[in-house]
Formats: sequence, structure tokens, C-alpha cells
Amino acid sequence: MNSTALKWFGRSWMLLVYAFLFLPIFTLVAYSFNDSQLVTVWSHASLRWYKALMHDRDLIAAVMLSLKIAFLSALVSVFFGLFSAFALHRYRRFTGRGLLSSLASTPLVMPDVIVGLSLLLMLVSVQQALGYPERGLFTILLGHALLGTAYATVVVRSRLTEMDSKLEEAAMDLGCRPWQVFTLVTLPLLMPALLSAFLLTFTLSFDDVVLSSFLSGPGYSTMPMVIFSRARLGLNPSINALATVTIVVVSVVVFASTLYSLRQARQRKRDMALAQRE
Amino acid sequence: MATLMQSLKRSTPAWLTGRRLVIGLPYAWFLILAFLPVLIVLKISLSEMQTTAVSGMVSWQGAWPSIKLDVSSYLFLASDELYLATYLSSISYAFYTTVLCLGLGYPFAYFMARAPKHWQALLLMLIMLPFWTSFLLRIYAWKTLLVNNGLINNALLAIGWIDSPIEMLNTPFSLMIGMVYSYLPFMILPLYANLSKLDGRYLEAAADLGCHPFKTFWLITVPLSKAGIVAGCMLVFIPAVGEYVIPELLGGPNTLMIGRVLWDEFFSNNDWPMAGAVTIVMLLLIMLPLAIYNKLQSEGRA
Repeated sequence: MNSTALKWFGRSWMLLVYAFLFLPIFTLVAYSFNDSQLVTVWSHASLRWYKALMHDRDLIAAVMLSLKIAFLSALVSVFFGLFSAFALHRYRRFTGRGLLSSLASTPLVMPDVIVGLSLLLMLVSVQQALGYPERGLFTILLGHALLGTAYATVVVRSRLTEMDSKLEEAAMDLGCRPWQVFTLVTLPLLMPALLSAFLLTFTLSFDDVVLSSFLSGPGYSTMPMVIFSRARLGLNPSINALATVTIVVVSVVVFASTLYSLRQARQRKRDMALAQRE
Repeated sequence: MATLMQSLKRSTPAWLTGRRLVIGLPYAWFLILAFLPVLIVLKISLSEMQTTAVSGMVSWQGAWPSIKLDVSSYLFLASDELYLATYLSSISYAFYTTVLCLGLGYPFAYFMARAPKHWQALLLMLIMLPFWTSFLLRIYAWKTLLVNNGLINNALLAIGWIDSPIEMLNTPFSLMIGMVYSYLPFMILPLYANLSKLDGRYLEAAADLGCHPFKTFWLITVPLSKAGIVAGCMLVFIPAVGEYVIPELLGGPNTLMIGRVLWDEFFSNNDWPMAGAVTIVMLLLIMLPLAIYNKLQSEGRA
């Protein structure tokens, strides 16, 4: 195989994989505009299922609950993720560093059912001893925040590794106290990473069905839980409409944040070049 | 870095408490939410099921604690062949998923790493984009695609390749489609991160010395990307063993996956000790891949 053939082989391979990844998404969007009651039969274009979605009280309540949990979970995750990334990056030697590192990366791969069940059994034991917490928003939040913290740690830690420690050293030489170095130099430099960690952990929480199912109590159904219970029963066209709405929102946010971070990177490069010239 | 560390050490004792706080806070968080729960599951899996609650393991007789271990859940697990079959089939589904993801993902990551630099950010974003949209909805979409009167069967009928719809949904085939589809990005991302850092000079040197491109690929590129391959395989295999949602939506009632057994023991049978025992055995099964993965994580960052 010569190099042109290889190039074309590579391009078609990538195209096929992208087609595989995007096919279900396009189907969801296309069929959300289908008038037919049967998800798989195309009759004609309509906004019928969007109207049905607007009157679906259960689903709307579930979306609201999911948004609330996702927002809180992302905040908590970024907070603890910042601390654990900072601890693992800055302090090379302390007792139990290996354990912390393992504990922080294990939730990334651990099957959801294990995390959900073990967390629930612990919370039940705590509740039997203390009478608190009730299963509901708070317990779901804890599960999501545990998962989110692990992801936030990875994002913040990789940014810390890329970061130039000279800037912190310079601030230190100029007489900054350690906490001043952190708030005036490190934190602003970490801002883009914190933002992407927030978006990632928000999405994770908004998407989770297994942890929520284990940890929720009566009256607390998140959006994925409602979708899951309907999808188990069969196909339901208003889910396609909901999917389309979330896909549009997510695409806009991801696109905007990618653009923002690219611009930030370019700006930083320009500033750096300017500083070196002077 | 060294000077920074020194100046940190020279700081006032106030910083020492700062250090303790920075380490202690995430430590407590993970110990309580990730470590303690596993111990509690172990405890519950060793206790006896009672009608209302799980019985305590430690009872006090005077000043002496008496510990009662009830291994009946584990004995039942070992004696029932269905559990063994389910564990084995979970592992083989996870294994095939990993192999297929590697087969699809390695060439993809390879060509992506070789694409023009200014394209790579966009290509990466396109891999991440499905990842950002709800996993559950994407699995649900496959259901729409694979049913008997779904898009794929209709398309195949229309072009005349088949005469009657193929039964695809609720078979091992649809389960594998869903698994590979969901885990493929987890394979591609570490492979790409690894391959994009590959030093092109090695390949040039091999070419200069008259090595055939295919031989170069097997002798240089693949061995150098070993860390990426292992990371990707662990990121796919470990969670795939315990997958619940995909077999539930796409696998039909006959596909045996241990995640579903655990779910049913807990939600349908309300048998907490049994669910605990199933969990502990599953944890033991993924212990080795997990250790490899954790070692790789700490090495990669050191």
C-alpha cells in the first residue's frame, strides 16, 4: 500500500467511525419531527411531540430536579476536585499519597452498580445510627459529587501539570504569601480548567441513571430515571423531542466553551510573546 | 519546582495547617464516600438476612464482643451454577467489547494523531460531542434503529439485501453494538493522547534504515503506544464487566450480565446480603485490572 492509498484508507476509516458515533444522534433528531405515533414509521413532519413534551408534567418536574442536582453536584465536585488535584500535584510525598491517588481515580472506572449499591448501603447504615440523611436529593447529590470529584481531579490535575510553575515562583519571590499566590496567580490560571470541569461534572450528573436509581427516595425521580423507565417499556416519541432539545442545548454550550478556551489559549500565547519581546 | 517547594517549606506554621487542610479535605471526602462503603458492603454480605433488616455482626456478651460471620450468601453464590455462568458471560462480553473497541479505535487514533495539527482539535471535539449528549438517549436511539421495523432493517429491505427483517434487537448482537458504541470514545481518547506524543524521529530513523512501513508500525509504533493501549483497555473492560443499562435496554431478557443480577437481587428480591456478596465477588474479579489501571495512573502523572 503506498502513502496515498494509506491516506484514503485512514480517511474512510475515520469517516466510518464518526458515522457510527453520530448515526443514533441524527436518528433521534430526525424522528422527533415525525408525526406518527409509531417511532419507527415516518408519516410527515410535525411538532406534535414537542407540544406533548411541554404538557408532560412528570418529565418537566424530573428535568428541573436533574438540573438542580447537576448544578449543585458540579459545584461540589469542582470544589473537592480542586483540592485533591492540588494536593496530588503539589505534595509529592505524604503518608497515604498512593491511596489518595487510587481513591481519586477508581470511581472513573468502577461499574456504576457497585458505586451505587455500596454508597446506598453505607447511607442506610448511617441513617439507622443517626436518623439522617433521608433518601432523596441529598443522597443523589452525594453519589454524583463523588463521581464528579474524580473527573474534576483529572481535569484540574492535567492543567496543573501543564502550568508553568515559574509564575508561582515569581509571585513568591515578589513577597506573596502562599494563599495570595494561590488566589492571585494559580486560581486565575486554572479558571479554564475549572470551567471545563464544571461542564463535564454537570453533564455526568445530568446523565446518570444508575447511581440516582440506587440513591433516590420516593418522590425524587431525575430525568434519566423517567426516561429509563419509559424506554424499558418501549419506544416513546416524546423522548425523541426531549433528546433533540438537550442535544441542541449541549452542542451550543460545548461549541461556545471550546471557542472560549481556544481564544483564551491564543490570547495567552500572544501575551507571552509580547512579554518576551519586552 | 524545587525552589517553590523549598520556599513553601520555609513558610510559617500557618502554611502547615494549610497543607494539612489541602490534603485532609479530599482525603476525608474519598475515604468516606469511596472506601468506607466497600467495607460496609463486605460487612453486610457477611450478615444474615432478616425479615425487616440486616442483622448486626457484632453482639456484646458481657465485655466480650462476639463476631458472627454468616457466609451463607457466598456459599449460595458458589453452589448456584447460574451465578458462575453470569460472571463468565459478563467477562466474555466485556472482553469482546474491549477487543472490538481496540480494533476500531486504534487505527482511528493513529490516523487522528497523523492528521494536520489544525484539524486535530476539531476531530477531538467531534469524538467528545456524542460523549456530551445523554448516554441513555443514545442507547435508546439504537433501540429505534435495531427493531424489526426500524431504520436499518427497512434500509436493508429497500435495497433488497434481505427478504424479511433480521431479528437484531434483544440479541447478543445488539448488546455488543451498544457496548462498543458507548465505550469506543474511552478507548480512542487515551490512545490518541499517547500516539500524538509519539516522536516522529523514530519512524524516520526506521525508514532511513530501510524498514518497511508495516514493519515499522509493528516494531516501533505499537510497542511505544503500549501504555495507551493498556489504559484504553482498562477504561473499557472494568466498567463493561458491571454494565447494567445497556444489557437492560438492548440485550433482551436472555443476556446474562452480572450488573443485572446485582440490580435484581437488590431491587426485586430485596436480598441485601446476596447483593453484597455479588458485589464483593465482582470487585475481586476486577481487582487485578483495577490495580494495573491505578498503577498506570500514578506512573503517568509522576
